[in-house]
Amino acid sequence: MAEVLLPRKMEIPNDPSKFGSPDLLHVLAVDDSHVDRKFIERLLRVSSCKVTVVDSATRALQYLGLGVEEKSVGFQDLKVNLIMTDYSMPGMTGYELLKKIKESSAFRQVPVVIMSSENILPRIDRCLEEGAEDFLLKPVKLSDVERLRDSLMKVEDLSFTKSTQKRELETENAYPVHSQLKRAKI
Amino acid sequence: MTNMGKCMQGYLDEQFMELEELQDDANPNFVEEVSALYFKDSARLINNIDQALERGSFDFNRLDSYMHQFKGSSTSIGASKVKAECTTFREYCRAGNAEGCLRTFQQLKKEHSTLRKKLEHYFQARQ
Repeated sequence: MAEVLLPRKMEIPNDPSKFGSPDLLHVLAVDDSHVDRKFIERLLRVSSCKVTVVDSATRALQYLGLGVEEKSVGFQDLKVNLIMTDYSMPGMTGYELLKKIKESSAFRQVPVVIMSSENILPRIDRCLEEGAEDFLLKPVKLSDVERLRDSLMKVEDLSFTKSTQKRELETENAYPVHSQLKRAKI
Repeated sequence: MTNMGKCMQGYLDEQFMELEELQDDANPNFVEEVSALYFKDSARLINNIDQALERGSFDFNRLDSYMHQFKGSSTSIGASKVKAECTTFREYCRAGNAEGCLRTFQQLKKEHSTLRKKLEHYFQARQ
């Protein structure tokens, strides 16, 4: 088993938005299991990500503004860098959610990772064919999340050291607690 | 498992240690919180399965679906013995073996109850 290295010297932000840094990855996590939601949320926070957790694919679509009544107003500002979804969920599955996301012009570029407790090769193939970024076997490891974060940080041209230095400057200059997140049109 | 000692051996696997690694000074009760969620969830599932079995008519698909959830959360907390019973139960479901399901479920409830007591003591000892 690979050793889990925790950044003990670095601060683990409980509420990354308080630091006002626009450079943190925002991850939308979808899982119907309460235990798994708590777990994935913790993994993501320890990895310095901003997290939104929902308990169903339907709620995920609503959050993204892709629900039944699509509203074009107000969702242009929503920046989600990664979607992590459980595969087996009642109602809409993670696979169906993946398809809906890839069909949407607003969010098809957002990487979607599928999580599943079952190592079923045809299932994995199907998800990857549909455009999933990755397929993780549960229980998800901290190293999985860190690997995803690192590859996305490179893609988004974000630097964690840059944002850490920026946080240090901000606390020195007493920036307001809730700074505006960078608004990017998707 | 240096923290837990012999009494936990077999009941909890490395996943539990992973959960402990995620605790820090700002979140010192993370594992206890996850544990509380697990027992709340599993109590509900046990109740549902009890009711389904009492009815006598074995809807194996439904039972398997409950067990899938149960196995999932047991895996996430590292409850290895409970997880093993879930797997066995699901095998009996797939085989359509009602008696096997009943027997396994009794065993599962025993393991679950034992784990609950052990974890209660464990968290109390941490205070």
